Amino acid sequence: MYQYDQYDQAMVDARVEEFRGQVARRMAGEITEDQFKPLRLKNGLYLQLHAYMLRVAIPYGTLNGRQMRLLGDIADKYDRGYGHFTTRQNIQYNWIKLEDAPQILADLATVEMHAIQTSGNCIRNISSDHFAGAAADELVDPRPYAELLRQWSSFHPEFDYLPRKFKIAVIASDTDRAAMRLHDIGIQIVTNDAGEIGARFFVGGGMGRTPMIAPVIREFVPALQMVSYAEACLRVYNRYGRRDNKYKARIKILVHEIGADEYRRQVEEEFAHILTLGLEPPQAEFERIAAFFADPGLESGLADGYDRSDPDFAVWADQNTAPHKQAGYKAVVISLKPAGGIPGDATADQIRLMADLAEAYSLDELRVTHTQNIVLPHVKQSDLYALWQKLDEAGLATANLDLIGDIIACPGLDYCSLANARSIPLAQKISARFASPERQRTLGELKLKISGCINACGHHHAGHIGILGVDKKGTENYQLLLGGSEASDTSLGTITGPGFSEDGIVDAIETATEVYISQRAEGERFIDTYRRIGMAPFKEAIYG
Amino acid sequence: MADTLLRLRVDPASGAPVLSLSDFLASDNAAAVRIEPGEDARALVPHLGRIALVEVSFPAYTDGRGYSSARILREAGFKGELRAVGDVLLDQLSHMKRCGFDAFQPAQPIAAEAAQQAFATWPDVYQKTVDGRSPIWAKRHGL
Repeated sequence: MYQYDQYDQAMVDARVEEFRGQVARRMAGEITEDQFKPLRLKNGLYLQLHAYMLRVAIPYGTLNGRQMRLLGDIADKYDRGYGHFTTRQNIQYNWIKLEDAPQILADLATVEMHAIQTSGNCIRNISSDHFAGAAADELVDPRPYAELLRQWSSFHPEFDYLPRKFKIAVIASDTDRAAMRLHDIGIQIVTNDAGEIGARFFVGGGMGRTPMIAPVIREFVPALQMVSYAEACLRVYNRYGRRDNKYKARIKILVHEIGADEYRRQVEEEFAHILTLGLEPPQAEFERIAAFFADPGLESGLADGYDRSDPDFAVWADQNTAPHKQAGYKAVVISLKPAGGIPGDATADQIRLMADLAEAYSLDELRVTHTQNIVLPHVKQSDLYALWQKLDEAGLATANLDLIGDIIACPGLDYCSLANARSIPLAQKISARFASPERQRTLGELKLKISGCINACGHHHAGHIGILGVDKKGTENYQLLLGGSEASDTSLGTITGPGFSEDGIVDAIETATEVYISQRAEGERFIDTYRRIGMAPFKEAIYG
Repeated sequence: MADTLLRLRVDPASGAPVLSLSDFLASDNAAAVRIEPGEDARALVPHLGRIALVEVSFPAYTDGRGYSSARILREAGFKGELRAVGDVLLDQLSHMKRCGFDAFQPAQPIAAEAAQQAFATWPDVYQKTVDGRSPIWAKRHGL
């Protein structure tokens, strides 16, 4: 894992001091709320319906036990004893007092963490594959590239007042576990015909009210020009992205309106200029960063296989672990989606327990997934049973990864000032309706995603089943979408028809699953059946 | 007006009349120009030799186009005064300086001491820009 040197630490410490001063000026009335807003947003502090919310950055979703433990302590000390892991691989605290915020940031800085640029119209925390460094199918570990971009984007003086927020994801395998093409910039680390490593740039993806899948803007950017190319992409956007309408201000609209070819032409022109400026960190800097990720301490010579005699354990191990590049290991996913629970929530005690388990069983590493779960990336197969027992005792062994109970949901109207409808109670109802593990396994992979408004924080466009909460003449109403995917076969869902009440949508989902069960061919997932038979049979069953 | 102007230059400020971009481009000898957020700073590049002052307008601090305009002019070799004018706030000064501004005319006055503190916000910087500061990656490797 990356470790700060004195420079990184000094930058984060400087930010803590700067923000302490800004909060003091705000509390003394020296600056208005309007002037304070962008300053607090750049430190992850939102004003929600009931309180301030603090979003803490977890760069590319990777953290160690000490950092995770502090996240639990913050939940106890400054919040109500729990935290909420988000689709941006971050954690949010929903009950923060403004006057505590500078001290929370100071606490975070003691474990090399911060809330820098987790909000505001700037380059946000960079996300990545939650199995990076462990995945059996990756070309290289994408995180050194993400870290290089993290440093480049931190306090970038030119791109702090962009037309709108800007999200970058970096992956390095053909299997996309980071919804890469639904980002403002999606980067896939690839090799060219000469076998050299470089970056494929996808630009102009996004969800929100106008979902778009990012087109390829350049097939191959040499690794040592990646920062310069990103700089060119951002400069064109900063200059020409729309600022007249916040709903048309994301880069996807610019790329869509002028076309990918024209955007590419402008970027290439700017790129040629930027290459003359010598802005790119040298190879030695990349190697310095990469060395932190090179060897987490994996043992070699271990054999695959483990004792599966406990049937409950075997079910969990089959569902919630993923292949590891090293023989004898697995990547383990801890589901934060118990039946009837709030997706992504964990108590302070659970957070601290996961920190302990990471230290004991996963070479002191954890990951946050964009599906709001936690990964222990490097678990010896011989430790799986002991780990499972400890998770089970703490209510953290729900065996539902990628099943219908593994719901993504935004905070919705329970917290968020933008929401039109509640997401959390609906997620709880759905997971209660489908609580039976056998039934979930029968339904197989089924990604269900709920957003409480059109901004799509719950990724509803990309759900095999997506739900969008809307306000219909003062009452909450839920639209149903089918056919989205955030994986390598990225697609956007289609609305089935008129919306539903809260109970009605749960029934409609159940009907959709029944159509799938009756129509599926051998080996088909829900999404496969939908793609083969189309919307009509679902629509007929739901509305007929 | 003069008392709200913060200047980091030692040469005397230009007294030339400040023209709009279109008026400037229509004139042969104007020495000061003001560009608005939607205007292309690169239109000035052929004329940099005769320009003493470029004012970059910030009608609202949230409109960040002026940061790119400033860097583009400095990257093209502009050595004259680059002045941020308008909704220029204390917390933006440091980034503006990094993008090449060396004068600031905020609509709401900023005290000189507060400005000096703002310029000193960052002990180091991650990016190479046009302000001559050595980025962290260069220091790490003795470049």
